[in-house]
Amino acid sequence: MNIPTTLKYTKSDEWLDPKTGKMGLTDYAQDQLSDIVFAEALVDVDDDIEIGDGISEVESVKASAEVYASASGTITAVNEDLGDTPEVINSDPYGAGWLVQVEISEESDELMDAAAYEKYCENRD
Amino acid sequence: MDTSTKLSTGLQLDSAPKIVEPTVYELSAPGRVGVGFPDPDVPLADLPDSLLRAELPLPELSEADVIRHFVKLSTFNYSVDSGFYPLGSCTMKYNPKVNEDMARLPGFANVHPLQPIETTQGALVLMYQLQEWLKEISGFDALTLQPAAGAHGEFTGTLIMRAYHEDRKDTKRVKMLVPDSSHGTNPATSAMVGLKVVQIPSDERGNVDLDALRAEADDTLAGMMLTNPNTLGLFDENVEEICQIVHDAGGLMYGDGANMNAMLGITKMADLGFDVMHYNLHKTFSTPHGGGGPGSGPVGVVAKLADFLPAPIVAVVDEGHEETFYVETGDEDDHHHHEDELPPLYGLVDPSKTIGRVKAFHGHFGILVRAFTYIAMHGADGLKDVSEYAVLNANYILAKLRDTYHVPYDRICMHEFVAEGRWKDAPDVHALDIAKRLMDYGFHPPTNYFPLIVHEALMIEPTETENKNTLDSFIDAMLKIAKEAHEEPELLHEAPQNTPFGRLDEVKAAKDLILCCWLPEDYDNQ
Ligand SMILES: Cc1ncc(COP(=O)(O)O)c(C=O)c1O
Repeated sequence: MNIPTTLKYTKSDEWLDPKTGKMGLTDYAQDQLSDIVFAEALVDVDDDIEIGDGISEVESVKASAEVYASASGTITAVNEDLGDTPEVINSDPYGAGWLVQVEISEESDELMDAAAYEKYCENRD
Repeated sequence: MDTSTKLSTGLQLDSAPKIVEPTVYELSAPGRVGVGFPDPDVPLADLPDSLLRAELPLPELSEADVIRHFVKLSTFNYSVDSGFYPLGSCTMKYNPKVNEDMARLPGFANVHPLQPIETTQGALVLMYQLQEWLKEISGFDALTLQPAAGAHGEFTGTLIMRAYHEDRKDTKRVKMLVPDSSHGTNPATSAMVGLKVVQIPSDERGNVDLDALRAEADDTLAGMMLTNPNTLGLFDENVEEICQIVHDAGGLMYGDGANMNAMLGITKMADLGFDVMHYNLHKTFSTPHGGGGPGSGPVGVVAKLADFLPAPIVAVVDEGHEETFYVETGDEDDHHHHEDELPPLYGLVDPSKTIGRVKAFHGHFGILVRAFTYIAMHGADGLKDVSEYAVLNANYILAKLRDTYHVPYDRICMHEFVAEGRWKDAPDVHALDIAKRLMDYGFHPPTNYFPLIVHEALMIEPTETENKNTLDSFIDAMLKIAKEAHEEPELLHEAPQNTPFGRLDEVKAAKDLILCCWLPEDYDNQ
């Protein structure tokens, strides 16, 4: 499983890039969901969001999932490409599969580093 | 069925469908008709051009063409009449054919809901008696037959919960709790009535986590939706305490009755502490299911919620002899008897604070006739047998499979159980592959990937109507598939091969929502 060390992680399997403010779903999450067929942002550019707000909705052939914000701030970009090619969340969850970008005002204090997240995933299997 | 010999001699891999049946459009030939009408004896009038669509391609076929086409298609279908259908949470029991006979009786089949009630007493008596029976089975005080499915019952029930709080001016109650094992319709219906959904985790025994529940039980609580037995097929061991915690916080308990097949004549939902619940007649009471027919989701409530039920409900509008259910009609003299000697008159009443109507007329009346028949044919003892055999059958399969398939919450199950469709030493095999491979062995697959809290879930519900031979051949197939998963996983990945069509492209089916056989020429520009 791919868990980049530069990112921070939530218990509900989102990642946050503290440098760029991008957020997305982890490799573990995309694997659990399997083939993703639909992704839609629940926020627009310039929206102010709080930690725990729903930012995106993702649907796979198995299930649908709401993705939550792990930081508060203002949305600066939304990944528009996912509308046509939601499957890149499967193939490139930390790259082209990013969901939204935020100008961070505050990070959640429950975020884990890569090592802690890896242990967390192992314990769930 | 044992397909192992057939498959081991090398069935040809072929991605093309094995049986090809053209569409009605391809079968069409210009000028072919189903019915030859006699020449009209009035002058012909042409339809105005503005109403005609010259480009609309309607197929032209004879009656025999149409019958053969659809009969052939129907043989590609798998149904509970053709084989074992252990689709967990759906209770795909065999539907007795006497249900169909009763639903087709002209007195039931040909009534219209707008007829005067004096002329539809038989239908009203049936609905009244069904209300009484369903109240008795779950211990509720009042009940509506209107909702058209389980999810519609949930919507109705949560509207009733909201109306109750609003009526008490208790308007800060906006939060609905659902366990993480719940069916998607629970949070969906709560959200539809405008409530905020909060998910409660399960503990390691598959019960609701009581500490997490207590943490959310505050004065903003509208209520909680709980399936019991839950979607792991487990009876929540703390169900009474859960109801107590929610009640102490001022909330109401909604019971999702999808799994009533485990409890008939054994436990009543109202006695456990639930305030509202829906039945799924198409599950528990043997009415057609899914594509086979409309559903029905009656909702029962405790006395304090009775006034909020949808309108109308069937009631005795004119008292008479209490024991006389079946009204003699057509006897003019009846009207001249003293009131005491008249049979009761059944009619429709609107509960005083009703949430309104949730379905046209009385819901799916034909389904009510079938469920009534099922209950009448079984009687109280028979219904208890139904649940006991349903639970026994599920535990039999569980006992035979638990050493081969990992069962994460492994204790005595109710009418179904959830296993994992994965092995550490067969990492490429998924629940979906096992499900598809079961089709090669002639079985409908179990529910998979639900509930979401079990990885690669396979949810197996045999129901009471299956005999030991059927259960044994299913178990046998499951054990063989587990062996294949380790030794010849390609058999699973390439499954199904024994069906009219091979594996369908689920991603394409979910993404390309184009069902038309032809597209308007300017489709791309739309
Ligand atoms: C646990 C549970 N709740 C609710 C429902 C919804 O019922 P229906 O399909 O009748 O709308 C189902 C249906 O499968 C279910 O399994």
